[in-house]
Amino acid sequence: MVEFRLPRNSVIGKGKTYPAPAGAKNVKTFKVYRWSPDDDKNPVVDSYELDLDTIGPMVLDAIIHIKNDVDPTLTFRRSCREGICGSCAMNIDGENTLACLKPIKDIKGDVRIYPLPHMPIVKDLVSNLDGAYAQLRSVEPWMKSDSAPPPDAERRQSIEERAKLDGMWECILCFCCTTSCPSYWWNGDRYLGPAVLLAAYRWIADSRDEHTGDRLDALEDTFKLYACRTIMNCTQTCPKGLNPAKAIGRIKELQLERKV
Amino acid sequence: MNASVSHIEVMRSQLGRARGLGAGGSGVGHWWAERVSAASLLPLSAWFVVQMFRLSGAEHAQVVKWGSKPVNATMLTALIITTFYHAQMGLQVIVDDYVHGKAHLPTRILVKIGTSLIGLLGVFAVIKLVVAGSSRKS
Repeated sequence: MVEFRLPRNSVIGKGKTYPAPAGAKNVKTFKVYRWSPDDDKNPVVDSYELDLDTIGPMVLDAIIHIKNDVDPTLTFRRSCREGICGSCAMNIDGENTLACLKPIKDIKGDVRIYPLPHMPIVKDLVSNLDGAYAQLRSVEPWMKSDSAPPPDAERRQSIEERAKLDGMWECILCFCCTTSCPSYWWNGDRYLGPAVLLAAYRWIADSRDEHTGDRLDALEDTFKLYACRTIMNCTQTCPKGLNPAKAIGRIKELQLERKV
Repeated sequence: MNASVSHIEVMRSQLGRARGLGAGGSGVGHWWAERVSAASLLPLSAWFVVQMFRLSGAEHAQVVKWGSKPVNATMLTALIITTFYHAQMGLQVIVDDYVHGKAHLPTRILVKIGTSLIGLLGVFAVIKLVVAGSSRKS
C-alpha cells in the first residue's frame, strides 16, 4: 500500500546545533539528515552554521568542510567533485542533484540536505542503491551482436547512427532521476526506473547492437516499463540535463510500432 | 528498532529480485488504448455538451425524441462505452500504483466489474430511450 506516513522508526527528530565560529559574517545554516545503524535511535536533522567566506562555492564544499573541521562523524559519498562520477547524489533543497554541481548561493534560506528519497539508508547521506544497480544489470547494458566484428578494426557507425546516442551516453548513473520518481517509490521492486530505462534505450538505439527485439521483449511488462506515468520528475531533476522521459517514450513507441 | 533482532527473510540476490518473474509481455496494448480512448473522448464529449445546451429547457417528450434518433443514440452509446472503458483503464493504473500484495488482484477485478456494470447501465438507458421514442411514434 502507498505510504502516507513514515514508519515509526523513520520519524525524524531534532538534532544538535553546531554554532558558527566567532566573528563569522556570512553565515548560512545547513540542516543535514543524520542516522546511524549503530544505535537504536531515530534519524535526526543536525544544524551546522557555517561561515560561507571560508568555504568553496558548492554544497559539496560545505559538506566536506563539515566533515573535516566541524563534525567528522558525518558520512557521505563523494569522489570527483566535478559532476562526472555521480557519487554525491543527494536531496538538496528538496531536489535530487549532485552536491558538487549545486551552488550554495542558488539556495534561499537554510540548506536542507537529505539522502536520495525512498531508498534504504546505509548511514547519514549514503543510501543503498544495490537494488537499482541490479536492475541496471538486468537490462544487460552491453553490446550484443552476432555478426563478427571486422578483423583488426572496430564496428563502424555512421555519423547519423552515432548521433542517436547523444543525450544517453552522458548518463553517469547517479540515480537522482530514479529516486525522484513516485512510480519508483511505490513499485521500485518491479518498475525499473528512469535511469535503467535510459540505459536500456541507449542499447536499443545503438546501430551496432543486434538484439533490439529481445531488449524490447524484456521490457514489455505492466510494471518494468509501463509503470511509468510520465510524471517527468526524472527529466526535471537530472543534474546532467538529460531526458530519461523521452527515452522511455521512445521505447513505448517502438513496442507499439512492432505491433501495428 | 525492536529489541529482538528478527531474522532476514529474503536472502535472494538483488539480480534475482530485479529479474523477478520476467517480463509479462503486456502493457503496450493498455498504454495505447488509454491514449486512443482519451483522444476519442474529446469529440464525443464536445458533441454531448453542445447537444445538452441545445436541449436545455426541453420537455421530456422532446428529449426522448432526440435520444431515439439513430445518430444521437449511436453517439450516446459510443460516449458511454468509451467513457467507462477509459475509466476502467485509468482506475487500473491507480490500483497498480497504490494497492499492493494480496489485495491487488481482487481490487483489479472489482474495478473491472464495477465500471463494466455502470457502463452497461448507461447503454441500457439509451436502449430504453430508443424503445420509448419509437413506441411513442406508433
